[in-house]
Amino acid sequence: MKANGANVGIVIVSHSPLIARGTADMIRQMVGDSVPLSWCGGNAEGGLGTSARDILAAIGAAWSEAGVAVFVDLGGAETNSEMAIEMLEPSRARRVAICNAPVVEGAVIAAAEASGGATLSKVVATAEELSP
Amino acid sequence: MEAGQSFLPGLIAACSAVIALNADRLCLLDQEIGDGDHGTNMRRGCEAVFEEREMLAGLPLPQALERVGMTLVMSVGGASGPLYGTLLVELGRGLAGEEPGARQDFSSALSRAVDAVARRGRSGAGEKTLLDVLYPVQAEVRMQSTLDSIATEAQAAAERTVAMKAGRGRASFLGDRSIGHMDPGACSCALLTDAICRYLGELEGA
Repeated sequence: MKANGANVGIVIVSHSPLIARGTADMIRQMVGDSVPLSWCGGNAEGGLGTSARDILAAIGAAWSEAGVAVFVDLGGAETNSEMAIEMLEPSRARRVAICNAPVVEGAVIAAAEASGGATLSKVVATAEELSP
Repeated sequence: MEAGQSFLPGLIAACSAVIALNADRLCLLDQEIGDGDHGTNMRRGCEAVFEEREMLAGLPLPQALERVGMTLVMSVGGASGPLYGTLLVELGRGLAGEEPGARQDFSSALSRAVDAVARRGRSGAGEKTLLDVLYPVQAEVRMQSTLDSIATEAQAAAERTVAMKAGRGRASFLGDRSIGHMDPGACSCALLTDAICRYLGELEGA
């Protein structure tokens, strides 16, 4: 664990709330409550989609002084996540990274890394090793 | 640029109306090459902006445009929210002038805003996106074309996306099968351009 006791947080963003929640369930099974974790997915009408508003709230919910790693599925999830990060205070925005990694495998391996107290850059690098 | 109290609410109403009227068509186009929600997403965004129209009328135009952009970002969802949102936020910022003396005319502010959309989408011309309408519209504005010419070119530009192969977005997964369909983002962009030009034309004629 880090000196301040705060591990890197994980945010899951999927167009499907079922995928986002299911991925979060898999993470909880592995690392329990040792990692701040939040997820979002779906649009205002209960359909598929992503929203900058929900992503902003999810980053806030998983906030850690050590930073937050965000996992996204498809295009709009990434674009909306970038937008949400720009809406944060600059001091916070610098500590949020979108990972170029598959959402399920990436988030689970990142959470395992984070639970050991790894830095944000180490968490991101470990997840991104999954991408060719 | 000074906006009369009724200018912006009228413009917002015109844009909302054209999107509401064409929402089903935009969804059908999106079903062909994407995820089928462009019409409902755009309608949701326009309704959110419409709700704020009276408040927006009290703001200077640059700040109002920036606020419209943020409302679209927060309400549209999908990639089109950040793209249209970036366009309006940057247009507002350009018109306001971030630095003293840096206030730009509409044409150069639009040019910068379109470039910001391209950066946001990591895309460019010819990739079958709304940029394939925005770039030609920006060129017409720079040439000080008539409102009719701008609207006509916007529609022609949207038609040209039919023959393009998608390079960005969900449609790019289809490869060559994306050819033969109009890009829904280009379509909504042409519809909005037409609605804006008509509205400005009616004001000029009034």
